[in-house]
Amino acid sequence: MSDAILSFEEAMEKYDPVLGFEVHVELNTKTKMFSSAPNVFGDEPNTNVNEVDLGMPGVLPVLNKTAVESSIKIGLALNCKIAEYCRFARKNYFYPDTPKNFQTSQYDEPIAYDGYLDIELSDGTVFRVEIERAHMEEDAGKLTHLGGSAGRIQGADYSLVDYNRAGVPLVEIVTKPIQGAGSRAPELAKAYVAAVREIVKNLGVSDARMERGNVRCDANVSLRPHGRERFGIRSETKNVNSLRAVEHAVRYEIQRHAAVLDSGEPVVQETRHWHEDTRTTTSGRAKSDADDYRYFPEPDLVPVVASREWVEELRATLPEPPAERRKRLQADWGYSDLEFRDVVNAGVMDEIEETIAAGAAASVARKWWMGEIVGRAKNADVDPGQLGVEPATIVELSKLVEDGKINNKMATEVLDGVLAGEGTPAEIVEKRGLAVVSDDGPLLEAIDAALAAQPDVADKIRGGKVQAIGAIVGGVMKATRGQADAGRVRELILEKLGVNA
Amino acid sequence: MAAINRDDVAHLARLAHIEMSAEELDRMAGELAVIVDAVKSVSEAAGEDVPATSHPIPLNNVFREDVVGHTFTADQALSGAPDSDENRFKVPAILDEA
Repeated sequence: MSDAILSFEEAMEKYDPVLGFEVHVELNTKTKMFSSAPNVFGDEPNTNVNEVDLGMPGVLPVLNKTAVESSIKIGLALNCKIAEYCRFARKNYFYPDTPKNFQTSQYDEPIAYDGYLDIELSDGTVFRVEIERAHMEEDAGKLTHLGGSAGRIQGADYSLVDYNRAGVPLVEIVTKPIQGAGSRAPELAKAYVAAVREIVKNLGVSDARMERGNVRCDANVSLRPHGRERFGIRSETKNVNSLRAVEHAVRYEIQRHAAVLDSGEPVVQETRHWHEDTRTTTSGRAKSDADDYRYFPEPDLVPVVASREWVEELRATLPEPPAERRKRLQADWGYSDLEFRDVVNAGVMDEIEETIAAGAAASVARKWWMGEIVGRAKNADVDPGQLGVEPATIVELSKLVEDGKINNKMATEVLDGVLAGEGTPAEIVEKRGLAVVSDDGPLLEAIDAALAAQPDVADKIRGGKVQAIGAIVGGVMKATRGQADAGRVRELILEKLGVNA
Repeated sequence: MAAINRDDVAHLARLAHIEMSAEELDRMAGELAVIVDAVKSVSEAAGEDVPATSHPIPLNNVFREDVVGHTFTADQALSGAPDSDENRFKVPAILDEA
């Protein structure tokens, strides 16, 4: 049964949302957090494991130095303090995604704490999100539920477990309660997760691919009546794993909470599952004494002491922060403030940068991404970067246009062909017979025919009314089924009529 | 007074998904209480000036370089598993959690 919801506008009139996020970032180290098994995505199940990852008796974890350094870098990039001394802790729970029956995590001694991130919203408003902590831990194995209703845990007969992901280094970034976002809460949610993703990608410490689970978000939402200080009861929507989903999930939960509160019932404190297909959440597990994780300091690992020298050494290696990078890119590309903000809001800045790096002019890269690809992505309901357009494809398309082999109209048709998996642009031009008629012979014939069909227009042009040429060019384009280069047609017509324009 | 009572044992058993009968809870509460009390005597020996520790040796920063070492094959990994399928561990469905 689906939950009742209020319209977002009505929810906003009555209530004030408070948000909180836990973002898990998988580090892209070569090996796992505590074992030397490879940290690689997509390999055959249970081949990137050894005795430590499988929690065999008597094994000892040894901490990955690079993972610690990456964690410190993340902390610094989030404007956090770095703990001079911190330890790991065992988070005890019994579920087959961890063979040890505990997750090695950090509890009351996170490596980084008390930071903030300034988030720029689509209209340029800057909203400060306070970071409570960023701590080190390990990822769990991957369960696939089988039998019963496919893929859902409810009704499954059994589960299959792949421990390749068990022990992959994670940094969990936890915000303080985010207040005052009002109706911009869904947008802020998306922008915050986008900013974290951008930062870890920019640091080079994570592949940051959300579709692979490199960055995963749990979104906490609660509502309180306007003017009330005390927070409402929150829900935690787990594994919201795309930027769009983060926005939608927060919006949906606000609407659902509002309906619950309106009915006079209390919100149930529980985890919620996000469903991308219906863009709704369903009830997961109620918070209960099952959340008693019996944390205690991990006796198999020694403390991490981050000397100030070490922290400063790492700080010196930090790349240009994304906000500064944006300023630089805008200047390099020569985009106006509005053009650049549109690019950022459309989520294609990285794609445009890659396209320019691949050899396209800044204006060409923007024209393709903003003019063609963003719209197609919207229709397909995916992020533009996920549509499958490679920078090289755009470079090839624009080269074909520049060389006069195809015109702009054909180029968009070729792009559709590329997206349909028909091959490279050159192959599609060939297969679809799209080449611009460049041999002047057939063009001249078509021009003669068009001039003969509209003698009055021809006279006007001869008489100096060059703007009338459109009718002749149109006739030629029609006759060549759009395969002529309109610029060349214009030149030839003027030449033919002996007009200098 | 014992640091562990019967309710604590029942709570821990529930957390660990271990089914225990009333008699087992009674017996285990007694046994665990003795063990915990014995361990507690350490705190009597340690004075105010001895800070709590989680490791017996005063070491910090024991790190491993990020270099790939050995792994098991899937067959080796699964060799001790009660059941497996498609090179993965096969476990009973757990209905009440996700």
